Amino acid sequence: MSELEPQALAPAPASAGAGASVSTKRPRHYSLLNRRDKTLLAIMVGVPLAIFVTLIWAMTLVSIVWSFTDWNGTDPMHFVGLDNYTQLFTTYPFFWPAVAHNVMWLLFFICIATPIGILLAVLLDRPLRGSWIYQSIFFTPVVLSLAVVGFIWELQYNAQDGFINSVLMAFNVVKPNSTIDFIGDPSLNIWAVLVAASWRHIGYIMVLYLAGLKSVDPSLREAAAIDGANERQTFIHVVFPVMAPINVVIVVVTVIESLRAFDIAYILNQGINGLELLSTLIVNTMLSEASLIGFGSAIAVVLLVVSLVPIVLYLTRVLRSEDI
Amino acid sequence: MDEQEKRVGMLSGGQVTRREVLKKGLIGAAGLTVLPAVIAACSSSATPSPVATITPTTPPAATPTPAGPAVTPAPTTPGAPTFIGPLTGQLTVGSNHSDASEVAGMASIDAAFKTATGLDPKVNKVDHNTFQTQINSYLGATPDDVFTWFSGFRMRFFASKGLATAIDDVWANVSSNYTAGFANAVVGDDKKVYGIPVDYYPWCVFYRKSFFTAKGYTVPATWTDFLALCTKMQSDGITPVAFGDDGGWPAMGWFDILNLRQNGYDFHVGLMTGANKWTDSKVTDVLNLWAKVVPFYLHGYAGLTWQKACDSLIQQKSGMFLLGLFMTGEVATVDAANKTTVLADIDFFPFPFMGNSFDAEKALDAPIDIWMASSKSTTLQADLTNAKAYLEFWSKGSTQVLMYKSQPGFIPTATDADKSSYDVLTAKAVSIVSQAQKITQFLDRDTRPDFAGTNGVGSFFLTFLNNPSQDLAKFQKSVQDFWDKLPVYTGA
Repeated sequence: MSELEPQALAPAPASAGAGASVSTKRPRHYSLLNRRDKTLLAIMVGVPLAIFVTLIWAMTLVSIVWSFTDWNGTDPMHFVGLDNYTQLFTTYPFFWPAVAHNVMWLLFFICIATPIGILLAVLLDRPLRGSWIYQSIFFTPVVLSLAVVGFIWELQYNAQDGFINSVLMAFNVVKPNSTIDFIGDPSLNIWAVLVAASWRHIGYIMVLYLAGLKSVDPSLREAAAIDGANERQTFIHVVFPVMAPINVVIVVVTVIESLRAFDIAYILNQGINGLELLSTLIVNTMLSEASLIGFGSAIAVVLLVVSLVPIVLYLTRVLRSEDI
Repeated sequence: MDEQEKRVGMLSGGQVTRREVLKKGLIGAAGLTVLPAVIAACSSSATPSPVATITPTTPPAATPTPAGPAVTPAPTTPGAPTFIGPLTGQLTVGSNHSDASEVAGMASIDAAFKTATGLDPKVNKVDHNTFQTQINSYLGATPDDVFTWFSGFRMRFFASKGLATAIDDVWANVSSNYTAGFANAVVGDDKKVYGIPVDYYPWCVFYRKSFFTAKGYTVPATWTDFLALCTKMQSDGITPVAFGDDGGWPAMGWFDILNLRQNGYDFHVGLMTGANKWTDSKVTDVLNLWAKVVPFYLHGYAGLTWQKACDSLIQQKSGMFLLGLFMTGEVATVDAANKTTVLADIDFFPFPFMGNSFDAEKALDAPIDIWMASSKSTTLQADLTNAKAYLEFWSKGSTQVLMYKSQPGFIPTATDADKSSYDVLTAKAVSIVSQAQKITQFLDRDTRPDFAGTNGVGSFFLTFLNNPSQDLAKFQKSVQDFWDKLPVYTGA
């Protein structure tokens, strides 16, 4: 693809003048675009489209094809029908927990983390002394590298000498041999990870929403105030509806973040023992030394199907609103 | 995955690795036992088994003999032409030796190689963990001429896929420098030799001598003694067994040794290669034994790195710790940080025996690291002689000792290695391994890599440990189902 890009860019400056002279000489087909324009358009649309098709759609289709094989990356590929899916849905014990954890992730983000981020944004949008300090504090986790985030939470959660357990021990809430095993207890660790992930997500949502709030016309608030609305009413009936485009972005971001949930779970324990996610399963089975490409592709296809649900909902909504 | 690289996992407590630290440790106590027949245990079974990692058939040729310089003659077999000599051209070397101490060891070895042959190898150094994760694509694309890897099934797996070059001609030159145990560990499914063993380290139970003395504990020789000691320690308010299973691989060491003790080497190897089933009642027996230790494990083990578990041993909060010899690296790290001398207080013993017919095997995990020649390297044909010379060079005790001097966690494999530089723990490790009749490589090296993957058997073990009283038949079936669905292995 790369060798095509210069062509796409190079003719651009010349096209305008040349195009005008050509079109006057050839009146046969009336068109807003002359041949050069069309070529240029074809390249400008075609190149990105080709990249998109090869890197996204072709890859997706290849994954789908692989998911029906037992390929391991080196040996000849055999088609095994639905075997990989049967195994996933019936005997492989880490699949359904992974699906459940992804769903929990989504619900937790939508119901708890995102609303908290919005709430923080609304609070910080008010004239507040040192507002930027709070913003920085809440936004810091988003800037930190994932390795650092994982390390920070490891220090908080460790069952032997983690910060939380040390504090609880100091107040005699837990005893040294019955500390809370945030990372190792498979019924608890997903919640611990959700808290850690929310710590980042809240800051992200806050900044996005704050940017949106800054762009709301102040006269709307004034009008609402004159009409006697209190702050809560103003937000619910005036600001929130005006923020509709941002709200859609927030929802999309939240869903995307939930579906691509991976990093903190992977850093804490490689996504095993209660921290299974579809993404960590894919990485652990496909990309590791295990190299179960067929089996991993089947998991990836499941993740694709799951991802399609919000994508389709979003697209239908967007397309419908364009029709109006 | 493998136990070695995990120690440098992103979160593992001590970022400093065992290797660079060990040397600061207790070297010096030296003057050690020379074990003429290092690992001599394993003698000469004529035909190496395709499935077994090491298949010794006769008792140790020698018990540890004290003192004296190495007795073994030079490795070269008369008549076999050596590859080492003036060389021209190039050689690319893929190395997973990414720790500072190993990089230093590699540098001194490559310098020595240049002195000997005039050829300066071009080293492509890759982080240990990354090297392993990418091994499939690395070997399948354009690998270096020679590369670092592991013996056992893991070597055979790639050899059987045609991703390695057989080096029988090199082996003919150097085989006299290896005991049969090592020799068997580098034989592929097609009976050809694919690797040069360069170092190894055993898995044992570590403890603090002064702590045992102060508390009046004695080293348990049998499983009954072991459980009794655990109970005693628990009543004394001590965690009997330090264990950190973050990443899922340390549990493999427990399964290995319990299975070896309870069911013997042959069953274990059969299980690793698929000849025996995970649904076998013998596996149930092992799980039942394992369930007896679980209550004695360090609290929160599933979320703890092995370094954290090691720290609890150092702090005398835990009594015993099953791990590879490399754990001494963490001890040395802590010593260096706290200016203490705990390392001198560390000792270890072979895992207790069950009192059955397999006691005599004295089996244990002792993973062997090897060098191999790739097959897809575009330059290999031109560099073949250089590659073989390099592999032959690594088979010399003098070469391996260069690495050991930088990284005392790596015990040399060559019979002619100069043992006079060994520290106390190394000497003891050598002695324990040399008494072993059967040696395994560690679960993730003895079985197929896709079974040993992160969401493979390591995860299964965690689901067992979380609830040892669960329906074991169902658990074992889920493991066997996973095995049965893996792509057909075309080797052997």
